[in-house]
Formats: sequence, C-alpha cells, structure tokens
Amino acid sequence: MKISRDDVLKVAALAYLELTDAEVETYRRQLDSILTYVDKLNELDTSQIEPMAQTLDAAAGQGTPLRDDVVIPCDIKDQALAAAPDPAPPYFRVPKVIDR
Amino acid sequence: MAAATNWTIPSVTQALTAKKISARELTREFYDRIERRNPELNAFLALCPERAYAQADRVDAMIASGAALPPLAGVPVAIKDVLAMRGVPTTCGSRILEGYRPPYDATAVERLETTGAILLGKTNCDEFAMGSSNENSAYGPVHNPVALDRVPGGSSGGSAAAVAAGLAVAALGTDTGGSVRQPGSFCGIPALLPSYGRISRYGLIAFASSLDRVAPFARNVRDIAAMLDVLAGRDARDSTSAAAPPPQSLAALDRPFRGLRIGIPAECFPAGMNAAVREKVEAGISQLERLGCTRVPVRLPHSDHAIAAYYIIATAEASSNLARYDGVRYGLRVPGATLVEMYQKTRGRGFGAEVKRRIVLGTYVLSSGYYDAYYLKAQKVRTLIARDFAEAFAQADLIVTPTSPVPAFKLGERADDPLSMYLADIYTVTGSLAGITGISVPCGETTDGLPIGMQIYAPAFTEDRLLQAAHAFEQARAASRTN
Repeated sequence: MKISRDDVLKVAALAYLELTDAEVETYRRQLDSILTYVDKLNELDTSQIEPMAQTLDAAAGQGTPLRDDVVIPCDIKDQALAAAPDPAPPYFRVPKVIDR
Repeated sequence: MAAATNWTIPSVTQALTAKKISARELTREFYDRIERRNPELNAFLALCPERAYAQADRVDAMIASGAALPPLAGVPVAIKDVLAMRGVPTTCGSRILEGYRPPYDATAVERLETTGAILLGKTNCDEFAMGSSNENSAYGPVHNPVALDRVPGGSSGGSAAAVAAGLAVAALGTDTGGSVRQPGSFCGIPALLPSYGRISRYGLIAFASSLDRVAPFARNVRDIAAMLDVLAGRDARDSTSAAAPPPQSLAALDRPFRGLRIGIPAECFPAGMNAAVREKVEAGISQLERLGCTRVPVRLPHSDHAIAAYYIIATAEASSNLARYDGVRYGLRVPGATLVEMYQKTRGRGFGAEVKRRIVLGTYVLSSGYYDAYYLKAQKVRTLIARDFAEAFAQADLIVTPTSPVPAFKLGERADDPLSMYLADIYTVTGSLAGITGISVPCGETTDGLPIGMQIYAPAFTEDRLLQAAHAFEQARAASRTN
C-alpha cells in the first residue's frame, strides 16, 4: 500500500478540503492504484535529464516578451466585489480570524 | 436556404452578402435548433440571446451600409464554459462557480466578437476541464449527437456536441491533455490543438497552466483555419502567449499540396488495439499516401510513460490553480465557524469527485518528501517525451496516430475507474506535454456508425502546413466517398 488513510487526511488538510469518511477511503484506494501505476516512471534513468517546466523556445522565436511597465486604468473594484458571496464594500467579509 | 446542419463559415458569408438571410434571422434559426435539441443533448449551460442579437444587428447594419465584412461576420459560435464572458454565467461545469458572471471577456472571446462572430452561449464540460467523457460536469453529462446513449468525449464535450449537431457553426473548447481532440473524434468533427502559446489564454480559467490551450472545433478544416487565423497572436494580457509570427492558415489551404513525409510511430499501433480504429486510421494513412505523402517509420519510445508524467504534472498544477476557490471572492460559500472551516466546507461541497481526487493527488505529489520522486521526475520525463518528438520530426514532417484508442463509449461505462479513464488519453497527452500542434480529423466509422478520428501532429508553430495536409486529406476523403 503506497498511501494510507492518514496520508489522505494530511493532504486534504493541506488543500483545505473537507472530505467525508467514505471519500477518504475511496480516494485512498484510487490514489493507491494511480500512484502504483505512476511508479513506472522509475523504469527511466533521468539522472542526466533537465526538468521541463514549459515548452516555449525563445531561441526558435517563440519567446514571451514582457510588456512595457506602464500603468493601465483597471477600475473594476465594484464589479469584482459584486461577485463575492459576502461583500462589505470596499472589503470582502470573512469569518473572524483574530481568535483562532 | 441550406439546412442548418450544413452551415459553414463561407456559406454564412455568402448567404448574408447575397441577402438570402439576415444575421438576425440566422441567429434565430440557431436558437430554435438549440431549443429543440438541447434538452436531449445538454450541450449548452447558458445562452446569451441579448448579446447575440445585438451583435447580429451590428452585422446586419454593416451589410446594409455595404461595408466590408470581417471574416466571421454573422457566424454563430459556442463558447466552452471555462472561458470568461462579461455578464454571462461562467461555471466551469462546477457548483463552486454557480451564479458567477465575470466582469470581463477572455481575449479569445473578444477576438471572435471583434471579427463579427455571434456568440450564442456557454457549453457544458467536465468540471474545470477535468475528464474525458463530460460525465464530470456538475450540471449533468452531455449526450453524443451521433448516439445519444454514448459520451461525446471530454472535457469539451458540449462544444463538440453543439457543432456536430448543427447547434453552432464553430465552437471554442480547450485542450490540456486531449480535451478537444478526443471529443472531436467521438463526435465526428475536426478539432485543432494549436501550439502552446499560440492563442491567448487571458480569461481562460486555469486548470494546468503549462498545458492548457484554447482550441477550436468546426465542421471542416477550412473553418478551423478561419478560426485559428482570427484567434492566434500575441496578447500583452497573457505573458505565456508567444511572439511567433501569426499563422496564415486559410491562405495556406489553397496552395498546392505537396507530398510530405508522414511518420508512423509503431508504439501507437500496438498488437491488440481496437480493430476498427486500426483499420480506419490505416485507411487514412493510405489516403495520405495517395496524396503523394511518403510513410516513414518513426519512434516515440517514451510514449508508454506519458500518461504517468501527464497526470502528475496536470494534477500538481491543478491543485495550485484551484487554491483560489476559497468562498471569499466569487462563487459558492458554505458558512463555517472559522475561516479555515469555511474554506474546507466550501471546497469540500463545491468541488465534484474528480476535481477533489485531482486536488488530493496533485497536493500529494507536491508535498514535502514527495516532490522530487513524483513532480520533478515527471518534469524530467516530459523532457524525454519532447525529445522523442524532436527526433521524430527530424525524419518526418507530420506524425500520424489514432486520436483515441476507442470510439465513443457508453455513458456510465467507465465512470467508476479513474485510472482506466486516464489511460484512454494515451495518444493525446504526448503532444500536450511536448507543446506541439495537432489535429483530429474524422477518418471513418465503426460498423455501428461511431466516428473514428485520426490525429496528425506537427512541430510547434507549423499550423499552416498541418492544416493544409488535414484539408487535403478531408477533401480527398470526401471525394472518395461520393465516388
């Protein structure tokens, strides 16, 4: 077994995910089979291989130049707040955190 | 007037300029069709008729004034629900964004509208684009218009079904590991994977940032080229949009097609593969040979490791991107006594099973003690996969594989086994990891009439040549079917 119930609970806590007991067991079982499968990567010797984080090749003219650092008006405060479940303009309101 | 299912971009342009129909009438015709077919297909999640008719009226005014029409004038288009549209519900197929209306348009959406397209509404998809069957939508699965008891593929199943059923002339999907190519193959329409960085992702709600691409569907390759020409190009609002020269794909289609070297990787045609898929893709390769192409054997030796690398990288990036759904700024909030409890309950109840599974997996492979063993290892294997393609493209101009190992399967058939669902992405995730371009084109049907797709890959930023080949193939196949 590659992953325990405690591992799932620990990861769920890191990700701020509430899981039911049934979900914890289902995910433990499914992740166990997925992690067993991905172990096949260890068949490959990658000790001399650089990791690839993204694919664009600046040398091939595919670069991503930075835009000029200029201020552009972006006054959408009211619209942004309007999408919030509990807005208190000009703030987003959340449960009290001081006493935690 | 042409039957609605047969509308293409040139036929819309022609009918509008000849004043056989107005843009408003055409828009009405498409909404009528959606009203009739959508209850059984569930392809659309939201419609935006006010915006569509306002755009139709602008197009009609241009026609009345005799002004030159932009390339997509009056063309009805559907938008996958992971792309932001100002004021239109945008849910990503998730409960956690129920009721969310973005205050801005995605660049791809804006470009379509600026060039005259009529945006009909938002299409259903797997939640946050995570899935290969469209069964992971919080708003119910999409049904395949070719066979209603079957999945349309995913994650862009709603967009594929809408175009295949004639409810839109073209559509935007997104492709992270196969999410337009596989539904395109299941529904019998072409679907393009543009090069990574080709189309701006500003306003695309992120799943896996090193893989996500905005990607078009249409009824034929010519219309795909017309869509790409409009959508492609550098966008200052997306730092990952590339500075490569823009494609001129429509113009490329009409140049004489010369035989190219087509690479056939033996790894993609294993013993025991689905017989109908093998037969039809082989027939497609023969068709390309009759067009003057030369078949050359190539190797993609690390294909067998692509699924493992892909699902580590994609879930790791997803777990990070989806941290933003916290019940504070938009969407669902489930109350809790403390801030953390509110986060946990909101995310626990707002996300569906597949999304939570991927967040747990992605958080695990990034967590302390596992990062090197999983995430870094997967990124190194990604280098090997990209090298495989670079070496294969030294010998071949294009690479041909099946799009999917199987045709559309039945709804519910695979829903309980995530790993077997992941393994079905074998042909598509390789190109996603390598950043190259590719297309799925219909190449035949099973004896039951289920569509089969052939995938053609080409080096990054060579869409013009890819689409030229796909167009020549499509024309030749249509000619051989009518003879």
